[in-house]
Amino acid sequence: MKLSRRNLIGTAAAAATLPTVAARAQTPTIKIGVLTDLSGPYQDVAGNVAIAAAKQAAEEFGSKGFNIEILSADHQNKPDVGSNVVRQWIDRDGVDLITEVANSGVSLAVAGVAKEKNKAYLPCGPATSDLTGTACNANTVHWVYDTYMLAKSTGGAMVKAGGDTWFFITADYAFGHALTRDVTGFVEGAGGKVLGGVRTPFPGTTDFSSFLLQAQASGAKVIGLANAGADTINTIKQAREFGITQKLGGLLVFLSDVHSLGLDVCQGLVLTESFYWDMNAGTRAFSERIKAKAPSKRPTMVQAGTYSAVLHYLKVANAMGAAEAKKDGAATIARIKATPVEDDCFGKGTIRADGRKLHPSYLFEVKKPSESKYAWDYYKLLATTPAEDAFRPLAQGGCPLIKT
Amino acid sequence: MFGFSRPQLIAFLVMVVLVAGAPFVLYPVFLMKVLCFALFACAFNLLIGYVGLLSFGHAAYFGMGGYVAGYAAKAWGFTPELAIIAGTLAGGALGAAFGWLAIRRQGIYFAMITLALGQMAYFFCLQAPFTGGEDGIQQIPRGNLFGMISLKSDLAMYAVVAVVFLFGFLLVHRIVHSPFGQILKAIRENEPRATSLGYRTDSYKLVAFIISCALAGLAGGTKSLVFGIATLTDVHNAMSGEVVLMTLLGGLGTIFGPVMGALISTAMENYLAQAGAWVTVIQGVIFVTCVLAFRKGVIGVLAERLKIQL
Repeated sequence: MKLSRRNLIGTAAAAATLPTVAARAQTPTIKIGVLTDLSGPYQDVAGNVAIAAAKQAAEEFGSKGFNIEILSADHQNKPDVGSNVVRQWIDRDGVDLITEVANSGVSLAVAGVAKEKNKAYLPCGPATSDLTGTACNANTVHWVYDTYMLAKSTGGAMVKAGGDTWFFITADYAFGHALTRDVTGFVEGAGGKVLGGVRTPFPGTTDFSSFLLQAQASGAKVIGLANAGADTINTIKQAREFGITQKLGGLLVFLSDVHSLGLDVCQGLVLTESFYWDMNAGTRAFSERIKAKAPSKRPTMVQAGTYSAVLHYLKVANAMGAAEAKKDGAATIARIKATPVEDDCFGKGTIRADGRKLHPSYLFEVKKPSESKYAWDYYKLLATTPAEDAFRPLAQGGCPLIKT
Repeated sequence: MFGFSRPQLIAFLVMVVLVAGAPFVLYPVFLMKVLCFALFACAFNLLIGYVGLLSFGHAAYFGMGGYVAGYAAKAWGFTPELAIIAGTLAGGALGAAFGWLAIRRQGIYFAMITLALGQMAYFFCLQAPFTGGEDGIQQIPRGNLFGMISLKSDLAMYAVVAVVFLFGFLLVHRIVHSPFGQILKAIRENEPRATSLGYRTDSYKLVAFIISCALAGLAGGTKSLVFGIATLTDVHNAMSGEVVLMTLLGGLGTIFGPVMGALISTAMENYLAQAGAWVTVIQGVIFVTCVLAFRKGVIGVLAERLKIQL
């Protein structure tokens, strides 16, 4: 293709003038924007399957007097790109609900935009517990999990299951420090002991051997991995290569990570999720239904959460009337909080005043290859933390919506 | 006026009309982003295009300007104009410190030193408590201009950004066409000769460097107020690379080139966001095509065809 100057300028100009498309149909249209990571480290955790999950929810909900349209975009893990996309969705396309948003920085930025524009926001992918803490607002319900839940379950439940001495490998930045601090609290609270820890430079550490050897030498029963993404994957791989026999406690590991690493490498890894596809009849039924859209994959908790959140939103929008739901995001979120949640993925659940969706959290251990009987048969359940204990108590979050 | 040649004056007036009329046709938030990046690219172009210094760490000043402006507006309750000035000063101060060290070397060594210092600034921002780490500073209020005019509406904010941009643009143009700018160009062409004529080239280079960094801080500070966030994206070295690309795309050493480059680059990022994983691939193809097809950048080639200076 030969690009002339004229062509290029023309294309840029044409792209810039794409008309504001506003569907003026007789029936109201609920527009749902799935903002996700399609090109970065969370594309397997969320990504295309999360978009498919939102569509699945819309299909199952069916037609109830209003149209449903699902938009999607890649936030490229940049908060400014994400917030810009959301602003455009709201200002130009009339989007009513923003969901998914795997990436804490992007999700906090979007929370600000949703509040400013008074739209509904149901984040599923981000981990930061600030969304229901200091950064909470009346337009947001944090759906699937958060760092507090992960720390409490992996830290506290693990000690009860016998892993009472810990050593941390911490990524040296705010997220790693916070995670280490939280987990230490739960480990000690449950009667366990932290024997030590080491901080790894972030980003850019690829060789974890010296840190792993320190962890091994500490004699701790559990090595806590207070890192995420590629760091976690590298640590797990290298721990296997060193033949480390201590239990690895993954604090931010998803089903998709286990799948890409393989059971051979991951066996024995302990991790926390709030959804596992092979948990019960409901989760299996959902995984079966979404197979048509994502044949080679099983949903992660983030993807299942996107389904659950969109379905619940649609139910509430239907109950209060689509036109009302479009008008006022905060009022819709208030109704969403007041309505009990029930779906195949997370069972029955409730939503707290600070915007925290409550459901149980599960501590899993990754199976040995010999124990895995069929494709994606990866986890066995070690412990369950009931919904009322799984998340940070209301009073401790510092959410401005909660008046003490 | 401002040392404009006739074609430049016409082009400038066209640009002013476009800047003034665009928000009524296009989405203002997108345009504000373009203007912020255009100012950033102009600041960068002042260094590479007119002094011949390739700085590979310009994101540091842009991002630091954003952080300081954001922090000032959020934590100290500065009004927007003061916050933006604080950001500008932060960019300039950081530039003075880094520039003092970096201008001692030329060519590739200068580029490497600025790259290293830029990375240092990035890691500083990653660890420093006031930046909020990887979450950044969120929900920065736009506030009231001079304590009176609310900038909540996008059009009011746009007016401020447009004024800031035009101010920066004219400043760069004025500097380039001043006696000071002539000496900068002399240094670019042949530094030993400029020295032999009695000019302290290091001082000139340092001043140009600081001005460029301060303008980058101005752009960063304005951007953080527009979007209400200041994050690591803006200090990351990918941003340093992006501003190099913008300048190259538009045309190195042309006064309108960086503006065009910023427009093309931002428009691509914006309108291709729907294309998902293909964004980066498409961007790459377009960049390669541009570099192969117009070496001198869009505006550079245009100026050459029309035999004028732009």
